[in-house]
Amino acid sequence: MADPLLSVRNLGVAFGSRIVLRQLSFEVHPGDCLAIIGPNGAGKTVLLKALQHLIQYQGEIHWSQEARLGYVPQSVAADRQLPLKVRELLAAKAHVLRLADQEMVQVSSELNLSPEFLSAGIGTLSGGQFQKVLIAFALLGRPNVLLFDEPTASLDELTEERIYELVYRLQTQRGITLILVSHDLSLVYRYASRVLCLSKGKVCMGPPKEIMTPEMLEELYRAPPKYYGHIQEH
Amino acid sequence: MNEAWADRWWKEEGIFSVDASQSYAILLAGLFAIAAGLVGSVALMKRMVLASDVISHLALPGLGLAFLLKGNPLAGGGATLFLGTLLVWQLQKKTELATDASIGVVFAACLGIGALVTPQEDMLEALFGNFQKLSLAGFLLGVAAVILVVAFIAAMKDRLILDLFSHDLAAATGVKVAYLDLGFLLVFSLTILVGLRFMGALLSSALIIIPAATARQLTGRMAQFVVTATAVSLVSVTVGFLISTLILKTSTVGPTIVIVSVLLFVMSLAKKK
Repeated sequence: MADPLLSVRNLGVAFGSRIVLRQLSFEVHPGDCLAIIGPNGAGKTVLLKALQHLIQYQGEIHWSQEARLGYVPQSVAADRQLPLKVRELLAAKAHVLRLADQEMVQVSSELNLSPEFLSAGIGTLSGGQFQKVLIAFALLGRPNVLLFDEPTASLDELTEERIYELVYRLQTQRGITLILVSHDLSLVYRYASRVLCLSKGKVCMGPPKEIMTPEMLEELYRAPPKYYGHIQEH
Repeated sequence: MNEAWADRWWKEEGIFSVDASQSYAILLAGLFAIAAGLVGSVALMKRMVLASDVISHLALPGLGLAFLLKGNPLAGGGATLFLGTLLVWQLQKKTELATDASIGVVFAACLGIGALVTPQEDMLEALFGNFQKLSLAGFLLGVAAVILVVAFIAAMKDRLILDLFSHDLAAATGVKVAYLDLGFLLVFSLTILVGLRFMGALLSSALIIIPAATARQLTGRMAQFVVTATAVSLVSVTVGFLISTLILKTSTVGPTIVIVSVLLFVMSLAKKK
């Protein structure tokens, strides 16, 4: 097996006296689609932030030198009144990373972002359009690892389906490694190659078929699971 | 108006006399207006208008002490301003603290200490400023400060945009957000310091906040917003200065400048974006 892209050893995160993550260890290999599941408050978002060194943690997080990260957060508390166009936002990131102009054109065409869309103010976008902007933002810089934090949490089912198709296409076409937080177990079952489940005091990891058994999920969520792996399995 | 009258008025009124030190003061007021417009537009988008207002009051204890000890008011005001800025930055970083409350405490403490140490006869000048002559050295220092402010905003434009959009995404892109915040707070304080001598501790932040709020009413595009804020700031200083010196014949120009900027803001409310 190839060297891991990400290696996490004994990761712990605490906010004051509240321990969110404790002694967490796992690896992610190139091309993996790792889904992180668990009930609210289990530390899924905290884990994604720790992986990017955005918060303080204990333990070891080691990314291989080839890893280039892109991050799509669960939500952005952006001021919708901000006088900012989509193009200006993407250009700002491109300038900070000193990317060639061509890269913005490539990402725009990859996501079918029209000139009208790029000229729209961020405050005028719908939930799905906004999510698309966040994905475009994450793709600038040619990342080979994408971290998605519930990218479709606030979207309707159809838009959610489209976003996941887009994500899946990126993974297959670009060979991108995905680390994905999701509440939608059907989609996790469908797309993930491995699942990391977080719950207070319990951590498990493995292929979806082994991990996402009704018993395990019931224990994880303390409620009967609602997912439809048998219908959407591919 | 015949030429002889105009010539007499020009010389006798002395307002636009060829006194270089007065020209320096007028020029620096214009440059302050430009810096205030730029910094104000970013502060408004960062939603730190209230914090900004407090920062200007941080100068008060230093100003008061300088008046008391017959020292240089700008040096005194600048010292407490920058120390206070570092304190506000630390408070902002500690997210577990209620930042608003902490800043409110700092504000009240500064106002209290300032009022206590400032001699009664200098109180008005400390609070509302006074338009005085300016030495060449003072002018050059002011110009350097304004150049620094404009250069910072220009150089950090893209990082500031990312931070305005999302603190987390900016950090994930590699922007050192804590230092960017500190840099902006220092640039903000520097702008306040340039305006302190003629706007005073109470009013110098007004010219940072009000023109930006006015511009926000007039445009929804970022580049236009920044340019409009700067223009409104410049117009406020120019018109306020002219009204104070020509009509009111007072050297306390700060209040007039603020009232002009408020009037422009009220006018802007009539326009829908």
